[in-house]
Amino acid sequence: MGNLFSSVFFKLFGNKDVRILILGLDSAGKTTILYKLQCGEVLTTIPTIGFNVESITYKNIRFFLWDLGGQSAIRPYWRCYYPNTNAIIYVVDSSDPDRLGIANEELVAMLSEEELRNTPLLVFANKQDLPGCLTEAQVSEGLKLTSLKNRQWAIFKTSAIQGVGIYEGLDWLVNVISSGGG
Amino acid sequence: MNKFGEKKDDDSESNSSELMLINLDKGQVIQEKRAFNETPVQPRKCSLVISQFLFLLARGDSFTPNEATDIFFAATKLFQSKDIPLRRLMYLLLKEFSTISKDAIIVISSLTKDVIHKIELYRANAIRILCKITDSSILPQLERYFKQAIVDKDPHVSSAALVSSIHLLKVSPEVVKRWANEVQESISNKSNMVQYHALALLHRIKQHDRLAVRKLVNSLIKNSVKSPYAQAYLIRCAVEVIEETHTEDRVYFEYIESCLRSKNEMVAYEAARSICSLKGATPKEITSAVGILQMFLCSTKSTLRFAAVRTLNKLAQTNPTAVIPCNLDMENLISDSNRSIATLAITTLLQVGNESNVDRLIKQIANFLGDINDEFKIVVVKAITNLSTKFPKKFRHLITFLNKILRDEGSLQLKQSTLDAILYVVNTIPDSKEIALSELCEFIEDCEFPDLSVQILNLLGQEGPLTNTPNKYIRYIYNRVLLDSGIIRAAAVTSIAKFGLLYEPMKEKIMILLKRCLLDEDDEVRDRATLYLSLFKEDNKRVLERVLIDDLPVPTQNLQRSLEAYLAQDDTTDPFDIGTVSTVLEQTQSPTISGKLSQTNQLGASSSPTNASTPGLSAAESVNQDLAKLAQIPQFATYGRVLKSTELVELTESESEYVVSCVKHIYKENIVFQFNCTNTLDEQRLDQVQVKMVPSNPKSMKNLGFMAIDQLKCNDPQSCYVSIGYNIQQAGYPIVSFTNTLKFKAVDVDPSTGEADDSGFDDQYPLERLEIVPSDFIQKTYTSNFKEEWEKLPDPPKPTCFQLLGVKTLKAATQEIISTLGMAPLDKTEQVPDKSQKHQILLSGKSIHTGTLIYAQARIKPDASGSNTDVALVVKSSDEDLIDFVYSAFI
Repeated sequence: MGNLFSSVFFKLFGNKDVRILILGLDSAGKTTILYKLQCGEVLTTIPTIGFNVESITYKNIRFFLWDLGGQSAIRPYWRCYYPNTNAIIYVVDSSDPDRLGIANEELVAMLSEEELRNTPLLVFANKQDLPGCLTEAQVSEGLKLTSLKNRQWAIFKTSAIQGVGIYEGLDWLVNVISSGGG
Repeated sequence: MNKFGEKKDDDSESNSSELMLINLDKGQVIQEKRAFNETPVQPRKCSLVISQFLFLLARGDSFTPNEATDIFFAATKLFQSKDIPLRRLMYLLLKEFSTISKDAIIVISSLTKDVIHKIELYRANAIRILCKITDSSILPQLERYFKQAIVDKDPHVSSAALVSSIHLLKVSPEVVKRWANEVQESISNKSNMVQYHALALLHRIKQHDRLAVRKLVNSLIKNSVKSPYAQAYLIRCAVEVIEETHTEDRVYFEYIESCLRSKNEMVAYEAARSICSLKGATPKEITSAVGILQMFLCSTKSTLRFAAVRTLNKLAQTNPTAVIPCNLDMENLISDSNRSIATLAITTLLQVGNESNVDRLIKQIANFLGDINDEFKIVVVKAITNLSTKFPKKFRHLITFLNKILRDEGSLQLKQSTLDAILYVVNTIPDSKEIALSELCEFIEDCEFPDLSVQILNLLGQEGPLTNTPNKYIRYIYNRVLLDSGIIRAAAVTSIAKFGLLYEPMKEKIMILLKRCLLDEDDEVRDRATLYLSLFKEDNKRVLERVLIDDLPVPTQNLQRSLEAYLAQDDTTDPFDIGTVSTVLEQTQSPTISGKLSQTNQLGASSSPTNASTPGLSAAESVNQDLAKLAQIPQFATYGRVLKSTELVELTESESEYVVSCVKHIYKENIVFQFNCTNTLDEQRLDQVQVKMVPSNPKSMKNLGFMAIDQLKCNDPQSCYVSIGYNIQQAGYPIVSFTNTLKFKAVDVDPSTGEADDSGFDDQYPLERLEIVPSDFIQKTYTSNFKEEWEKLPDPPKPTCFQLLGVKTLKAATQEIISTLGMAPLDKTEQVPDKSQKHQILLSGKSIHTGTLIYAQARIKPDASGSNTDVALVVKSSDEDLIDFVYSAFI
């Protein structure tokens, strides 16, 4: 199945690279996810002032992952990086129900941008390893994902530290992109 | 857009890249920055666009913050590329735009990752950008990266970190100082560059601690620093230690001297230069330094020749004999193809020249004069002028030489300087008069500049009659009447008349010549001839002298203005009174160009004085405007005429909310303080603005009144006035200072609409103090014979001694004394020679009230602590009150 898929992909994309933004509020775990994907390890991170960019190759696709800082001071700059984006990964801290509302506001504001009109959205309900965290259904409800129209989206429960759920989400993205959604 | 970008790329292959850049349009390049957004990144295309941006910056194009921000953020997209040449260009672009762009902190995270990247190029460049975008709040988070980079194995990274740290010292010195251990470690780095940068940083870290600098220099002198750059820097540090600590320890001198023998030219030169500039250098050290410089004079590298001859030139000013061994080599440089070197060589040679070789030198210079441009000729002319004071006996050669320059092709500026030089020589060496005059006579026969002709005719009239053979000049002068234009003919007529007045035997002939001028077609010429002729017929010598010899009692500009005002008024039945003309505009030019000045005086203000007086004009103009305003204020009309207006004094910091400066207008019995006020706040309007002055000694004067400003809007400067009365006869000179406060009613204004809020509130703003100083009552005068005048006056009991606190240098003390007394410095005593330990200032002036002359002699020297200056002041005048007043300024 995997082989079949990658051959289909090559026909569709050739050498084209895929550009993905990883967004979300501060301390949601974006940088940790980025480096978990890049080098397979959990690194100690500090709050990102600005952004990190790494490329990874997964299932023969080269992903350029842009991890933008989530602090409120840096969020206004997200928009500078919207053009030519193939997909968005939105990371939410499931153990922080208080800020789910803000996460929703930021998400709505971002998705209303013209440049991201058809961009697929992948939501990671992160920090599932912590006790008492919200389920993916609760996160989905908090973000009002069901009200999204004309957009391909999916939500996965993840734990960056345990390495759970990330690749499942990535697989979904590969599927969407290779079927022409990007 | 894509297509367009590719097309551009193709162009670069067909055309030479240089051609393509020359006509680069900023807007177009900004469009092309879209290439940065493409995925995947196309390194070639992006590199080209970055190069174009860098070219625009180098060309001097400016970018608005918004443009810069767009470019900066677009360029951050290139962090995804792994292409090393592109990355290098990207770093350059980010670095250049980081200071113009907003929010450059967006790259901090990415850069901190690059600082520890395995590729050196990433590390070095990232650190240079980080340095530009960090402020003191971010730096502590990045500290460890800097420390790590300073001790990096790669010299480029280490150098980048060290140089960045030098810049960061300005941002947060206390953080950088914590890195001293790392910096110390990199001093022993093998790389020349790193060693140099490390030393430079360490020196700056310890800059404010003399002892620490001394320790640093001591240890490095012993450890023999290998890098030539660092050695050159260390020499400078050693010089600093010697100069700042006045150490007697010869170890520093020995080190510098040992560097003279360095194989590296830069180090040897730096050592030689330092020795030449150090006061404490021994003759032996100077000799070896000069020896090195002499060697460099023959170098094939023009930079070395230039450096050497420049240093020798400087040395020659203080120690001419030390330079003599190089004379022969410098003479060879006169024909150097680099004119800067040649000119320096000449001026140096002229400085060290002695009586015996000056002739030869001048001849040699004359030979190549044709090859150099006017600017250099002016330098040569100045050097020659200086020679005349040194070797007065050589005037014949000097005059001939100057005359040659005068006659050759050249600009007016060159000719004016040359003529000034000749006038100077004539004034200082009386023997040179005859030869100079006859040379100048020849010159005006064929002079293309009327200005110069007029000046020369004036000089001929002044000096010609007093020579042994006045007859021979008349023909030349009268030729001008026959052949030249109106303005020159008028000057010639005046000149001829002077001969009649000053040389009695010629009077009859002169009258015949003047008669012939009566029918001249030019009004001015006819008028002058008629006037002089009738005065000669009356034999009215007194009036003739006043008309021909004496200068006007008032500055011509003032006279012109007063005359214009007189003519503008409707009622001209009262005759014009020259006594009402203000004498405020002081003639501060030195007497060496008096020939030129009296010329402008005689012609009236029709020809304005040339270059020499232009700097004074702008200040004079503002004074004129002030006076015009004052004249319109009826309250001050009864005060009489303004005797003097002082220089502008700032009473606030120039960047404060309300900017106030003051000019004092001194009348016979009143002083009007004019306060120029500017309101810099656009959300405020000030109503009823006035300055409240509280005198330190209320008895000595009475407050007469004030004039407030009705409304002071933002950036619309206006003046308010305070007037006080004084009486020297009854109460003496007013020795008083004032505490000043700006008082006003502040009214809030909406800056966008300009509408004012109805309610205002009273407010005040403190201003600097003001003092009445002697310079307010003294006008500068020049005397050519200070000594004689000084001897004539009775000796005061003994000099008054006092200290100028906090005045460290003789130069500053000289300035302060001159400005406080408001008198004219004589015999160039306003210039303190370098390295002198004491100085004497001679000053002369006169009272603006009575015209009584006053002279002062001040001896100054630094006190034992070196932070104050001791002054011994002697003031002489026939007016005792004035003397006391002058002393009161300091005690």
